[in-house]
Amino acid sequence: MSYVPHTDSDRTAMLAEIGVKAVGDLFLDVPESVRYPELRLPAPLSEMEILRELRSISEQNADLDHYACFLGAGAYNHFVPSVVGHVVGRSEFYTAYTPYQPEISQGTLQAIFEYQSMVCALTGMDVANASHYDGATSLAEAALMAVSISRGKRRKIIVSPTVHPEYRATLRTYTPGSDLTISNLQYPISNTQFDDDTACLIIQNPNFFGQLLSTDSENGLSGLADAVHEAGALLVVVVDPISLGLFTPPGEYGADIVVGEGQPLGNPLNFGGPYLGIFACREEYMRKMPGRLIGETVDTQGRRGFVLTLSAREQHIRRERATSNICTNQALCALAAGAYLAAMGKSGLRKVAELCYHKAHYAARQIAAIPGFNLVGDRPFFKEFLVRCPRPPGEINEALLERGIIGGYDLGRDYPQLENHMLLCVTEVNTKQEIDRLVEALQEVAP
Amino acid sequence: MTEPLVFEISSPGRKAVFLPELDVPETELPQELLRDDLPLPEVSEVDLVRHYVHLSQMNHAVDTGFYPLGSCTMKYNPKVNEEAARLPGFTRTHPYQDHRTVQGNLRLMYELQEFLKEIGGFAAVSLQPAAGAHGEFTGILMMRAYHQERGDTRRTKVLIPDSAHGTNPASSAMSGYQVVEIKSDQRGNVDLEELRAHCDDTVVGLMLTNPNTLGLFEEQMLEVAELIHGCGGLMYGDGANVNALLGIAKPGDLGFDVLHYNLHKTFSTPHGGGGPGSGPVGASERLAKYLPGPIVVKEVKEQGSRRAVEQGGNDNPCYRLQMPQASIGRVKAFYGNFGVFIKAYTYIRMLGAIGLKQVSEDAVLAANYLLAKLRKVYPLPYDRTCMHEFVLSGPLPQAPDVHTVDIAKRLMDYGFHPPTVYFPLIVPEALMIEPTETESKETLDAFVEAMLKIAEEAQENPDLLHQAPHTTPVTRLDEVRAARQPVLRWKPG
Repeated sequence: MSYVPHTDSDRTAMLAEIGVKAVGDLFLDVPESVRYPELRLPAPLSEMEILRELRSISEQNADLDHYACFLGAGAYNHFVPSVVGHVVGRSEFYTAYTPYQPEISQGTLQAIFEYQSMVCALTGMDVANASHYDGATSLAEAALMAVSISRGKRRKIIVSPTVHPEYRATLRTYTPGSDLTISNLQYPISNTQFDDDTACLIIQNPNFFGQLLSTDSENGLSGLADAVHEAGALLVVVVDPISLGLFTPPGEYGADIVVGEGQPLGNPLNFGGPYLGIFACREEYMRKMPGRLIGETVDTQGRRGFVLTLSAREQHIRRERATSNICTNQALCALAAGAYLAAMGKSGLRKVAELCYHKAHYAARQIAAIPGFNLVGDRPFFKEFLVRCPRPPGEINEALLERGIIGGYDLGRDYPQLENHMLLCVTEVNTKQEIDRLVEALQEVAP
Repeated sequence: MTEPLVFEISSPGRKAVFLPELDVPETELPQELLRDDLPLPEVSEVDLVRHYVHLSQMNHAVDTGFYPLGSCTMKYNPKVNEEAARLPGFTRTHPYQDHRTVQGNLRLMYELQEFLKEIGGFAAVSLQPAAGAHGEFTGILMMRAYHQERGDTRRTKVLIPDSAHGTNPASSAMSGYQVVEIKSDQRGNVDLEELRAHCDDTVVGLMLTNPNTLGLFEEQMLEVAELIHGCGGLMYGDGANVNALLGIAKPGDLGFDVLHYNLHKTFSTPHGGGGPGSGPVGASERLAKYLPGPIVVKEVKEQGSRRAVEQGGNDNPCYRLQMPQASIGRVKAFYGNFGVFIKAYTYIRMLGAIGLKQVSEDAVLAANYLLAKLRKVYPLPYDRTCMHEFVLSGPLPQAPDVHTVDIAKRLMDYGFHPPTVYFPLIVPEALMIEPTETESKETLDAFVEAMLKIAEEAQENPDLLHQAPHTTPVTRLDEVRAARQPVLRWKPG
């Protein structure tokens, strides 16, 4: 089944028009020595057979319809309203491509313009692009943008160790062998770390451990932003977009670039992708931004319309001098995020964030009361929290799995000093009953 | 026809989603950290649905009509792909679950890696890169790692033909390399003499698209690869045009050391309005160990998955995630665009080797058929048998005032998406046409008819073209104004 509509007589007529006898005559430029290799692939299947097989493969997974999940760490189990799936299921959206021809792409263009507007509202920033591949690549590109804003003169990127480990790993991959240095933010924070070689400081809020950082101007993020700006550097903040339903947006505490994983906004977990990278910045850096931007304009009759704009930054115009190589991004995931934000709206997103907050704190209190388990850290947190466990998290998760629960993230994977520490996540989808079941199970597995 | 912005249909107090009541005791909120206002829209569900349905109706898409956008492979996207990717056993899994609880996902990824290896003629594949350009960047980083490990640090030049996609030079520059442009010869191939002149011990490698963006197969492909390898460089393949090669030639056999596939192009996953795509990278034996990861490996003698064990099969293979031995690291979080993998897997399983070869044969047949018909009226800069696409030059001798942009816009009035225009840069006023294998002869004929009619109109009534399109939701948009006075977001008031 190749989804090819040609009949034999169609093919004959087409070959005649071309003036060749056989299709093979069209491939004479391909060196004969390598032409027509054998492809050893499984025999073709009908639709009925492939669906049966895929259903069976998918059932080899333990999925979240059958297990209660307390795992987060950068990919989150949030409720997706039905309307979102129906919007992205419109094939006028999903079978189009990048809206190069605006007159027949107003649907995608306007929807992404709305997405950009809502991301600006959420983050408190001036400009948001049409998306990156995910939170990690957004962060890497933000760091490169900060270097570029200094015209390449500042070569140091300072990163907080509480930024997602895989984001930091991606940043390292993106800056190989160049003379850019990536260094860890040192605690206690001293402003002398930021000097005239510093391009940016990257922090995450809530951080990888779920903690909300203080935003005040003394010891909090506003003060930190001032110190960074004093040194002529930029502040890059990694966010969880759901937390911004409730908490102060980075635009209000001095962020210059805001990035984050957009998956929680209406995109299923999907085993890690496709997700979308949020990317927003202050207006003064707009022309240094990577990625696609949609702008408003008018048509020849004065009607409002939308186009891809400021493309002089981009690879198809600027080639090796572009701000990034990005071309195809995650438009459909951004469409989902836009539909999610519009569906949730002003009160809904706040309610989701509140549900996460209250349920996570309830769970944390109950777990902290179990002998052997301790809550770590005294900062307020959002939907994730750090627990010191009496046994290795691997063993605990094994036991939880037998009770139909997917447990937390083993922090010893990334932070050797946090061996036997687990990062648990509670969202609006976790019921009190599920949380109580988790607590009960942890009581049983404690030695 | 215009549609109000979602903000403009908002009214205080409206809701589209009703959430459950809190079922646990409240905890005090940290007042000093709360935001004041959240200026998101407030709409009802029905208004929201109508809004997006109206917007969708303003899009041209493969499902609404012919989309011959060159180098983008806008083929039909089978519905079964969508069905498969929405199975909750896939969508409702978390990337950090224990590997034993996601054996289905890992098996699918492993098998897709194997299929792509076989189709491309490579030793290993990483599925992690999220799009073609991401795959290019990955490939360049792997080439760098290869040279670095050999202590070969003098290499700083990436050679790129002048017909290449803009992402090629941009990806090289992101890796800190100097880009050297190589001219094309009169037959649209890489100019071998010029290439030879640049081949020395400072060459990182060559980035080559084959078939190239003129839709032509590089006639001296094997010589090109030999020259590059001869000076110690590596061959990067831009897989944007692999739709012409399935079962016809394996890129690995053509001399490529590393290549990215575009699952959204070749393997029908669809394009999503500009993503998500997926850009897996295949590598030859000597580059395989540098692939980004983790990738999926298969172990035969280990405990099977939980459910597999329950089902009594203890000698089932076990799939695990593993970093390649000298990996460049990860190029994104997690493992790649998994939802896209399911669609590509479905497609490959349904077509098999026979079906894939049929795809390329019919894609090339359709392109040559269109070429044979259109060359009678539109100038053809490179007169050769094309592969899956071809490039015409827009200005018609009989209508010098009419430009490619006018032809493109007028095509919309006939219900067609225009070809890729003004690219490749080496053809003046280029029209790059890729019909794909899934369009019927009737559709191709209707397109030809429209193109020929437009050529007549260009002569008889050029203003009709200058003012086109006439039938679309909006007419030509002021792109200069959009760039000079950027309005990139809605603001209240």
